[in-house]
Amino acid sequence: MLDLIWLLPTFPLLGFLILALAEGKLAKGPAGWIGAGSIGLSFVVAALVAVSFLQSGLQSHTVPIWMWMSVAGFDPGINLYLDGLSLVMILVITGVGFLIHVYSTGYMADDPDFSRFFCYMNLFVFAMLLLVLGDNLLLLYLGWEGVGLCSYLLIGFWYDDPYNGYAARKAFVVTRVGDTAMAIGLFLLFAQLGTLNIQDMLHAAEAEWAVGSALPAITALLLLGGAVGKSAQLPLQTWLPDAMAGPTPISALIHAATMVTAGVYLIARTHTLFELAPNVQLLVAWVGLITLLMAGFTAMTQNDIKRILAYSTVSQIGYMFLGLGVGAWSGAIFHLMTHAFFKALLFLGAGAVILSLHHEQDIFRMGAKRKQLPVGFLCFLIGGLALTAFPYTSGYFSKDEILIAALEVEGQGLWLWLGGVIGAFFTGIYTFRLFFVVFFGESRGHHDATEVKGLSIAIPLFVLMALSLFGGWIPVPLDAVFSHGAEHEEHHISAFMHGVMIALPLFGIAISYLFYGSGILSAEKLMSLPGSRALHRFWNSGWGMDRLYDFLFVNPFLYLARVNAKDIIDAFYDMLAALSRAGHLLIVRTQTGYLRWYVLSMAAGLVALIAVGVLL
Amino acid sequence: MGAIPVEHGLILAGILFSLGLIGVLTRRNIVFVLMSLEVMLNACGLAFIVAGSRWEQADGQIMFVLILTLAAAEVAVGLGLIIQMYRRFQTVDINVLSELKG
Repeated sequence: MLDLIWLLPTFPLLGFLILALAEGKLAKGPAGWIGAGSIGLSFVVAALVAVSFLQSGLQSHTVPIWMWMSVAGFDPGINLYLDGLSLVMILVITGVGFLIHVYSTGYMADDPDFSRFFCYMNLFVFAMLLLVLGDNLLLLYLGWEGVGLCSYLLIGFWYDDPYNGYAARKAFVVTRVGDTAMAIGLFLLFAQLGTLNIQDMLHAAEAEWAVGSALPAITALLLLGGAVGKSAQLPLQTWLPDAMAGPTPISALIHAATMVTAGVYLIARTHTLFELAPNVQLLVAWVGLITLLMAGFTAMTQNDIKRILAYSTVSQIGYMFLGLGVGAWSGAIFHLMTHAFFKALLFLGAGAVILSLHHEQDIFRMGAKRKQLPVGFLCFLIGGLALTAFPYTSGYFSKDEILIAALEVEGQGLWLWLGGVIGAFFTGIYTFRLFFVVFFGESRGHHDATEVKGLSIAIPLFVLMALSLFGGWIPVPLDAVFSHGAEHEEHHISAFMHGVMIALPLFGIAISYLFYGSGILSAEKLMSLPGSRALHRFWNSGWGMDRLYDFLFVNPFLYLARVNAKDIIDAFYDMLAALSRAGHLLIVRTQTGYLRWYVLSMAAGLVALIAVGVLL
Repeated sequence: MGAIPVEHGLILAGILFSLGLIGVLTRRNIVFVLMSLEVMLNACGLAFIVAGSRWEQADGQIMFVLILTLAAAEVAVGLGLIIQMYRRFQTVDINVLSELKG
């Protein structure tokens, strides 16, 4: 059964090929069946593989498919590597991916480019599965770039609007910065350790490198560069909010549940390397913490329903990085999984809301929609509770695990914990701000909108609701992968601190209720305080990061491009052209067009030749 | 008939050739240019004859016959072109035909 893993990426690849080769001539019915069905089949295979893997008691299993290349000791194969970590990932990718595909058949039903959409989606799932199943870093990198390409294609899916193309380019270029760092990291790893096979590489690193020495620190730092680019962490987080230009199912699948968590997967996969570089690992934690706090502030000031969720995604991936940084490897992956459930639910719910309100995204033009949009209301209630780590929802377990592990870090543990808890408090505020503004208060527009209907939209939502509520009880088989980590020791934490962790998000919800649910406090009054408007603007713009990068990189680059519009290198070749042109103008003067001139020059030439012949 | 020194024949040929060349260079009427060309050709022919009689070889006279036919053919083509030129430009002035200047 385990050897059937190769089927897993094959189905999406076939789906992609069929849809691509049909050139959009397929009717929507078959295209939807192929697009969603291929992922469904993959999920079935993934489930079967999971069952037999868990029953077999194996720690890992490699399925070689073929040799990619073999050059001078460099022999990356196309081998699929299955262990607890990739098992969790393939289940999330195919499971959540399948639900989102089904949802998309309803959501995109009226789009003229229906089959192109599913074509890209299938290619994405294929690349993502390669990413998590690859047994060497080169195959992982192939999948890594593949998902980046699909992300680009899908953000710019509605290419008629130039803004969407801009957002797609921005996402592509910004992640490319990280990818370059990662590629250099791979070169360095291969040059130093002589292999790109992940397990061999990790064993060799452990054997050859001392803890805290320079080489593991540099490679870990370079890999971290790739991870922060893909996972939208500080300082490369600016692309994700703009990526919301794509269709909402894309935001759910790529920019919440799967692709953006690839960085978390990469770090978890190479965790041995990070354990050899404790300073870099601590840096991971701080990157996560600062990102989650900054994104939390920004999420509180956004008005676009999808941008709020986007900043929330950045913030939640910050938690995963925090978990990775403090050594809670399985906690981070666990949070990755639960986050995939509830964030997919929130995005799909947001998609249903947006579709019902005729592509309205401004939450302040909604209001009192709980009667009109009961399913959307339920989505946001359950998804929001899971996101704010309400006790016994899925987010509660995973966030708990991360924060408790953070507390146990020596020295800075309390600060990391405190930051994480404050972040959870913000999570409560911005999530329920969205919730109260959209579903309570008075209606501020779209008074007679009715909710979109259809099983293809409803069923995925209800399944994801169940997963968001009860996903915390799913056991993740990660102990074997991270066996030398500090997992599953009994964590001791005082009841007071645990109480704080539970109470602060609830306190955040209460504050949101006071401002937006009941109207006892008013946001306008807060805004009238001196300086608050500037602060709001600053946070709303994502801490001015876009402007900073425009100032630091984009504008200087554009300036140089303008200065060098006439390429300096070209000047040399232009000079050659000018020289030959001058020569031409000189010689052309001899061509007078008068017959006698030619005769004279011939005669003179002849005389000269004869004179030379006679005299010499 | 006493022998004419070979120098005399060659100098005459040279003078004739130079006259022809001067005619080609200075004349504007293309008919005269053509006639001057004939003079130059015949100067060449004379030089061949003189050389042939000097070395008592028949080659000189053969070359002259060749030049004669060449001149006849050249005149036939040349006159034809001149007629075309006159029809087209209503002139036989060679300076008018300088369209090919660079």
